[in-house]
Amino acid sequence: MRRLILAMAIVFAGALATGADAETMPEYKLVLQNHQFEPATLKVPANTKFKVLVSNRDPAPMEFESADFNREKIVLPNSTVTVFVGPLEKGTYKFFDDFHQATTGVLVVE
Amino acid sequence: MLGIALLVFREVLEAALIVTIVAAATRGVPRRAAFVGGGIAAGVAGAMIVAVCMGFIEGSLGGIGQEVFNAAVLLAAVAMLGWHVTWMSSHGKQMVQQMHRVTDSVKAGSSSIAILLAVVALAVLREGSEIVLFLFGMAAGGAGKLGFFAGVPLGLAGGIAVGVALYFGLLRIPLRYFFSATNWMLVVLAAGLASSAAGFLIQANVLPAWGNQVWDTSWLLTNGSIVGQAVHVLTGYEARPAGMQLVFWIVTFAILAAGMGVVSSRMTAQRERANRASKHVSGAAITPGA
Repeated sequence: MRRLILAMAIVFAGALATGADAETMPEYKLVLQNHQFEPATLKVPANTKFKVLVSNRDPAPMEFESADFNREKIVLPNSTVTVFVGPLEKGTYKFFDDFHQATTGVLVVE
Repeated sequence: MLGIALLVFREVLEAALIVTIVAAATRGVPRRAAFVGGGIAAGVAGAMIVAVCMGFIEGSLGGIGQEVFNAAVLLAAVAMLGWHVTWMSSHGKQMVQQMHRVTDSVKAGSSSIAILLAVVALAVLREGSEIVLFLFGMAAGGAGKLGFFAGVPLGLAGGIAVGVALYFGLLRIPLRYFFSATNWMLVVLAAGLASSAAGFLIQANVLPAWGNQVWDTSWLLTNGSIVGQAVHVLTGYEARPAGMQLVFWIVTFAILAAGMGVVSSRMTAQRERANRASKHVSGAAITPGA
């Protein structure tokens, strides 16, 4: 039991030490307005970790979500959040506004 | 209206599944309904506070406040579940052995029920705050009254109905295996919550992913579907898990299983000693009469 806790602590420490550097990461902007993503297709490089800055210009809160690349984050009206994504393999990944599921976009990883 | 009903249903379902397992695990505990009800009420109140404070949470910790908050809530629930299952396998089993009546072992669970109340509250708080924010938005977007007065109760009723169905399904487990079954469900639930917490910390760039998609079973079951979502809540299922999430799942499962196992094997040894002693005594008692 104690050994397991120690192992977990080591995993944590190691993990923190290897966290990717947010400063040098590529950055992409995504804007939600009138229940539409702009751009609706976002192109990003493969095998690279990157940041997506999601801005909500609608009067309602939204939840930026993707089951394809496992992300979910609430974005209040008139605010911007940062979501770290990847590294991802080549392919297309759907994302959507969980509060308005008809509002969708695609991440094209190439 | 359907959109509102569906979102409310999905969030309520997530909380309802957790509440159901907790309710089953505390079967027979006196004033259990009051505890579970209190947990739900505290969770609803907390959800409103979280929704109102979302701007502050979102902006704090350099923009990763939301992820850290979610991870903290999840890990707090994991710790409480861990404490409960370990405690149940020590005190619960001890009471069964001493009293030879299942009802007494169940009563032993009452000391731990306050912990489970908190788990219920945290589950409701997390899912409830999303519902509140969503409804704020719907109100701001000018959704009709029909949407609210039909959609919200409909979604709520649907989510609760699934929870109730699961509850009565669980009650069919024979009493002999019932508490080991619910305890193992709590262990798997805790492992899944820990994996979700890891997911939030990866999203915040606090933890590395250690492989973003270790496997892909989305062809079998996606996390976007209602069934996928239910399985996700109960077990932590991810169609495309990150390596770090698997580590969290396995480590949590191992710690809780070990906690339960160590305690119960000690109990078994005690019971064997007790059995030998009682046989001896009963044998002695029978001989003179024979």
